[in-house]
Amino acid sequence: MGVKVAHNWRLRGQRYRLEGEVCDHCGSTIFPPRDICPECHQPAKTEHTLSGRGEVYTYSTVQNAPEGFEQYVPYTVALVKLEEGPMITAQLTDVAPDDVEIGMPVEMVTRRLRVQGDEGTISYGYKFRPVLQRA
Amino acid sequence: MRDVAIIGIGQTPVDEHWTTSLRHLALDAGLKALKDANLERVEAVYVGNMLSGTTTGQEHLGGLVVDFLGMAGTEAMKIEAACASGAAAVRVGMMAVASGMSDLVLAMGVEKMTDTVGQQTTAALAMAADAEYEVSQGVTFVTLNGLLMQRYMYEYGWERKDFANFVINAHANGKHNPNAMFQKEISQAAYERSPMISSPVGLFDASPICDGAAAVVLAPMEYAHTLSPAPVRIKASAVATSPLAVHSRKDPLALEAARISAQRAYEQAEIEPDDLDFFELHDAFTIMAALSLEATGFAERGQAVRMALDGEITLDGRIPVSTMGGLKSRGHPVGATGVYQIVESVLQLRGLAGETQLPNARLGMAQNIGGSGATIITHILEAMG
Repeated sequence: MGVKVAHNWRLRGQRYRLEGEVCDHCGSTIFPPRDICPECHQPAKTEHTLSGRGEVYTYSTVQNAPEGFEQYVPYTVALVKLEEGPMITAQLTDVAPDDVEIGMPVEMVTRRLRVQGDEGTISYGYKFRPVLQRA
Repeated sequence: MRDVAIIGIGQTPVDEHWTTSLRHLALDAGLKALKDANLERVEAVYVGNMLSGTTTGQEHLGGLVVDFLGMAGTEAMKIEAACASGAAAVRVGMMAVASGMSDLVLAMGVEKMTDTVGQQTTAALAMAADAEYEVSQGVTFVTLNGLLMQRYMYEYGWERKDFANFVINAHANGKHNPNAMFQKEISQAAYERSPMISSPVGLFDASPICDGAAAVVLAPMEYAHTLSPAPVRIKASAVATSPLAVHSRKDPLALEAARISAQRAYEQAEIEPDDLDFFELHDAFTIMAALSLEATGFAERGQAVRMALDGEITLDGRIPVSTMGGLKSRGHPVGATGVYQIVESVLQLRGLAGETQLPNARLGMAQNIGGSGATIITHILEAMG
C-alpha cells in the first residue's frame, strides 16, 4: 500500500502550504479543500492559505504502527484546532510525548512524513511543533 | 413495503482460522443459516466484507460465495461499508425482501484477517479512514480511538481505569459463548496492566484481529411462521453517516451517525430506548462503547462510563450490552461483525442464548459502526415466536 508519485504531487499545495478554501457565502475557512462549504453547503472554491497556527485538541502516541511507519515508533498524532477554525490530523514533532498537553499552542512545519525504502518515494508534508518563543 | 423476518441464522466460531480459507468460512456460516431455515436455495445472496481484496487478494465475493454454496445462477453481490459491512449486507437483503423484489435472501458477513501479518492488517483496516488526510499521517484505527478517548477523559475527568467495566462485562458474557474467540474473564488488574497500543488505548481496550463469518436468512413476515417456528421480525433498520475523517466532525465526541441512525430506528419501531431488553453495541474499543451508549440515548454526554461503573450494562443491569461477548470477547472479524451481532440478538430473542440468556427478551437492538463512525447502521429486532 505504498504511496504513489502522482498522489504526492497532487497534494503538494495542501501538504507543503496548507492550501484550503474560503467560503464566499458564509466566510468559513475550509481545510482540506472540498469545494462545497461544510457549514452552509454552498459552492466554495476560493483558494485560501491557512496560517498554520493552532492548538492541540487531543493527541495519541502510537506504539504499534501500521506498515510503513514502524521505524518512527513512538510518534504522537494530534488533532490540531487551527486558528481559522478547521481541525487537522497531524503528527507532532520537536516535543517529547510526555510533554504534550491539550490546549498547547502549535505551529506548522514541513517535515519528512515517510520513506518507502531505497527505491520508493520520500513523502514530505506538514507536522506541528510547539510554538517557538521569539526574541 | 413488506415487513421482513429472520428465519435462519448461522455462525462460524470466531478465531484465528489458519486452516480455513475465506470461502470456506463463508460457506460454513451460509450453509448453517440455510439449514436453520430448512432451505436449500434462496433468490439472492449479499456478502458483507471489508478487506478481502487486501488481506486475501480476493474480490468479487458475491460470485465466489454463491458458486461455492452450490447456487451459481443466483443473484449475488459484495456489500462494503468498512466495519459496518455486515449490517449493510443485512440491510440490503432486507430492502430486497421488503420491496418485494425477492422473497428469500441470504445475507452474510465474512472476514479473513490473519493471512496478512499484524502491520499489514493494521494498515488495511486504516483504509476505512481518510487516506489523504488521516492515514498519511501514520494514523491507525487504534490512534483515531486514542484521540477520541484522550479528549473524552480530558472533558469529563475520567481515568483509563474507569473504562474497565466495558471489558470485564464483555468477557464475563463471552466466557459462555462457544463461538467467542476469548472464552475467559478479564480482571480489573489485567485491564489496567495491558500495554499501550496508541495512548490511552491499551491492548485490552481493543477488540482482536480474527477470522469469522455469520449469516441470516430473510423472508417476508407474512409467511415467516410457515417457514420457521421462531421468526424474528426486523422492526427497524436505519443507516446514517457522518464526515469520514474525525477532524471534519463538528463535535468529534458526539458520534452523530449513531444518534441519527438510532433515532430513525426508534421512530420506525415506535419505541423509546427504555423499551429495549438488550443492546448489542459496537465495542471495538471501550471509548466506542461509551460514545455509542451516549449517542443512542442511554446516557448523558460523558456519563456512559458512570453507567458501566454502576453495573447498568451487565445482564441484570438497566440495559445489558455485549450479552454474548461483544466485539471485545467474541471478536471483531470486521465485515462479519454486524451479522454476528444480529445472529446473537436472534439467539436472545429465541431464548437460545444459553448461560447468558436474558429472561423474557422480546426487543433488542444491534448497532454496527463503520470506520471511526462515518457509517452507522442500527437494527431493532422483535421476537415473534
